[in-house]
Amino acid sequence: MVSSLDRKLLRDLSRTKGQVVAIAVVIACGVAMLVMCLTTLKSLENSQLTYYDRYRFAEVFALLKRAPESLKDRIQEVEGVARVQTRVVEGVVLDIEGMSEPAVGRLISIPETGEPVLNSLHLRSGRWVEVGRPGEVIVNEVFAENHGFKPGDKLRAVLNGSMEELRIVGIAMSPEYIIQMPEAALLPDDKRFGVFWMGRDQLEAAFNMESAFNDVTLTLLPGASEDEVIRRLDGLLERYGGVGAIGRHNQISNRFVSEEIQQLSAMAFILPTIFLGVAAFLLNIVLKRLIALEREQIAVLKAFGYSHWDVGWHYLKFVSVIALGGVALGTLLGIWFGRGMTAMYTEFYRFPVFGFDLDLGVIVIGAVVSLGAAFLGVFGAIRGAINLPPAEAMRPEPPANYNATLVDRLGLRKLLSQEARIVLRELGRKPGKAFFTSLGIAMSLAILVVGNYSQDAINYLQDFQFRLAERQDLTVSFFESVTGNAVNHLTSVDGVIAAEEFRSVPVRLRSGHLSKEVGIQGLVPKPELFRLMDADENVIPVPDEGLLLSAKLGELLQVSVGDVLTVEVLEDKRPIRQLTVTGLVNDFAGTAAYMERRALNAFMREGSRISGAYLKIDKKLTDEIYRELKETPMVASVSIKDAAMKSFQETFAENLLRMKLFNIGFACAIAVGVVYNSARISLSERSRDLGTLRVIGFTRGEISGILLGELGVVTAAAIPLGMGIGTGLVYLMSKGLETELYRIPFVVNPQTYAVAALVIMAASLICGLIVRRKLDKLDLVEVLKARI
Amino acid sequence: MPATVFSAKGITKVYSMGEVKVHALRGVDVELWEGEFTVLLGHSGSGKSTLLNILGGLDVPTEGTVTFRGEDMTAFDESELTQYRREHVGFVFQFYNLIPSLTARENVELVTDIAADPLDAKEALGLVGLGERLDHFPSQMSGGEQQRVAIARAIAKQPDVLLCDEPTGALDVHTGVAVLNAIERVNRELGTTTAVITHNAVIAEMAHRVIHLADGKITETAVNESRKRADELNW
Ligand SMILES: Nc1ncnc2c1ncn2[C@@H]1O[C@H](COP(=O)(O)OP(=O)(O)OP(=O)(O)O)[C@@H](O)[C@H]1O
Ligand SMILES: [Mg+2]
Repeated sequence: MVSSLDRKLLRDLSRTKGQVVAIAVVIACGVAMLVMCLTTLKSLENSQLTYYDRYRFAEVFALLKRAPESLKDRIQEVEGVARVQTRVVEGVVLDIEGMSEPAVGRLISIPETGEPVLNSLHLRSGRWVEVGRPGEVIVNEVFAENHGFKPGDKLRAVLNGSMEELRIVGIAMSPEYIIQMPEAALLPDDKRFGVFWMGRDQLEAAFNMESAFNDVTLTLLPGASEDEVIRRLDGLLERYGGVGAIGRHNQISNRFVSEEIQQLSAMAFILPTIFLGVAAFLLNIVLKRLIALEREQIAVLKAFGYSHWDVGWHYLKFVSVIALGGVALGTLLGIWFGRGMTAMYTEFYRFPVFGFDLDLGVIVIGAVVSLGAAFLGVFGAIRGAINLPPAEAMRPEPPANYNATLVDRLGLRKLLSQEARIVLRELGRKPGKAFFTSLGIAMSLAILVVGNYSQDAINYLQDFQFRLAERQDLTVSFFESVTGNAVNHLTSVDGVIAAEEFRSVPVRLRSGHLSKEVGIQGLVPKPELFRLMDADENVIPVPDEGLLLSAKLGELLQVSVGDVLTVEVLEDKRPIRQLTVTGLVNDFAGTAAYMERRALNAFMREGSRISGAYLKIDKKLTDEIYRELKETPMVASVSIKDAAMKSFQETFAENLLRMKLFNIGFACAIAVGVVYNSARISLSERSRDLGTLRVIGFTRGEISGILLGELGVVTAAAIPLGMGIGTGLVYLMSKGLETELYRIPFVVNPQTYAVAALVIMAASLICGLIVRRKLDKLDLVEVLKARI
Repeated sequence: MPATVFSAKGITKVYSMGEVKVHALRGVDVELWEGEFTVLLGHSGSGKSTLLNILGGLDVPTEGTVTFRGEDMTAFDESELTQYRREHVGFVFQFYNLIPSLTARENVELVTDIAADPLDAKEALGLVGLGERLDHFPSQMSGGEQQRVAIARAIAKQPDVLLCDEPTGALDVHTGVAVLNAIERVNRELGTTTAVITHNAVIAEMAHRVIHLADGKITETAVNESRKRADELNW
């Protein structure tokens, strides 16, 4: 049987159901966000690992020029190495029917019979390559989809200088190429970069690599030191032109995927914190008010022998019902969103496994965190109920203590209407409550600002990168460095307006125990096409001497201007020399290192050599230029800025847009929760006063003016506050979402602030109108008769 | 001579309000006996409620001792006081203090839920003549009816002592009599030791004993030779 006290609980809950639901919804938003992010995070991490496991994704990767197959045994003997796979990997220029833009491919060897030892393929359609059938390839699914390739289709590629026909026999995916990024690119490119797998014998024959390999990947024994294996491997490969082995965490596809998954954890922290904070605050004001209203009832309960703990527990149950309601709703929503989100990412990454992993731990975390926040919020209020001395039952609450407000003291009272003065005194009497109400509303505004921030950041980044910094239309890369005047050949192509040559050299930068593999980009002294920009949009001049680093790279290596770095060149003779850091540049994407081109040539002790050029072209002649470039033997690849821009948008826009919609919904939940609760509380606190005012002749309009005036002032104060908090959160987000691959700028569009303020004002207005309707229905007799 | 229920010796109660000290009780000695009906009379502010609160275990004296059936209540800690109130005391407050969200029956059950040997809620409400109003909320009842629910709530647990602070303060003569009748009946039929605070000297005629308070002290204790029934009182 339900005890009478629990019956009181149920009636209290149903009497305040509007408020109860509003708070539960705010809690639910926080929990949903948390559960969604954490389950998605866990699910994706699991899918990723399962995928890696099932298809034996390697743990260490190394490229080299050429080594005899016999070296494999020596690699196998390195302590800590489990399995070794040698391959032949070659870059090719593709010629695809109906596509004028140049595309490049990567051919990777696979055994004609049996599974690859490592980095196996998930065959989606077609079949494996067969022995003795030249030109058979399996193509990566993303690339195939982009071009509509099916098994049986053909395309042409330049293999070691001669045009060959490739016949697609299968379509597959590989854990090694979840993300397809051409060398030295910052972003995935699924259209102009394709990965193909070809039988080892075929590939060896085509590139004169018989009984040799130029790519080795391996897995480690449990407990083996990756660093140590890499060091030993580098030692073995050095004579064969090894460019430095990397661990899985540096493998480009894995790194891209892992970092993106990790960003979810930043999300899992910031927003739920806000929601649960606001919910705690709402519970606090609602419960404080309830307890103040029920002061005498509490005293009666105690007078009749209910203990302090019975009373405390009673109110704690009230809070728990709300919080658990919120947790239940939030968990369900979170699981639902999490499923959707996991499915979306799984599709985006094309994991062949869909492991939606609902971890009980996540639900427990959600419940514990939100119950904790709720209890923290009501701690003071419940302690008040517990400490209330029972003798109070006989004494009504002392009249509220009003003081002259600042307005009174300044002598401004004559300027204000009676209602305005009541509003100001009321606010002045409980400045704490007014402040926290403002803060709550401000939080919802802040969430809106944060929600729109991603959009702002993308727009800005795009504008910055592709309009201010990179003004070229095409980037041409050569197979190997050529003499500097090769650029003249490009300039002479019809339709090329300007060309700016560059030299790029793969290196490993070392500073003490810290090291980082990057490409040093040697630029012309005063670039017009590829400009270096700092975050304030200033053009940074290319230093005459020394090295200019991305600020982020400087941070990673812990160096500043004037410091000397050890530079290990990772090509040709692999000299190891010193360079001074002469500048740091705040760019947004990648970890880059720049030098003046001739200074770089000098550092390399080579003549005037270049690796490629940036071109500005006449767009009308695009196709002709492409054709010309394709026929230029030294050109290894051409990357197109418009394509990069598109890929950029596709990479970011879709996910972030979805988040934005969530945020708007969530922000409205908070705004309504806060405004509605404060208005209802003011109404219940003041109904007697307002009723009295009505009796002595104030109109309905005037008394709602008093109540809504308060709300208006509090909302108005919340707007600048919310903008400030929002800006602060944006800063935190920009830091929290920063990865090694890209930084996110700290910018907020003025429009974002304006929209957020409008949404909040609208939410306030709607709540105000709802409360006003209640006020209009105020039963004067009832109000004056009731003692509480 | 019946046994002593309460024995208060030299109790004082001082409220400190910042600088100002209010002496609500200044050395009160009093005994209440088993089954006795006592009326406390005195001007506003004379300390009546303070005394009753101390006897009921709602408050503790600043100085002095109070015993309940020989046990020193001033030595009770919080949970012992709660236990004491739960087991022995029924209160009736001047402003009824019903729980507005509970019906008459539920208000009574609030107390019977935690009592050792309670009356049935319906029976208790029957005793105060409200057997027909079980499922009404306080807001649906008149002041006198609410006060009778409060009495039913106090007596339903069959307390050893019934303490009433101006139970008729807000009522008209007719309902006042009905309420007093109910209290008297409990005292008579259940033998509950009863103390009633009032401003109305007429009510004193119902009592076995009348205690006068003024300025925090007992000024006079009078024993009524003959008691009147509630309906015989002349308001
Ligand atoms: N919590 C308190 N804080 C300060 N002073 C108090 C408090 N409670 C009572 N007093 C003071 O103690 C004195 C006695 O109060 P008490 O309530 O006992 O009077 P009373 O005889 O019941 O008066 P009434 O007939 O008006 O109810 C009064 O002067 C009162 O102001
Ligand atoms: Mg009193």
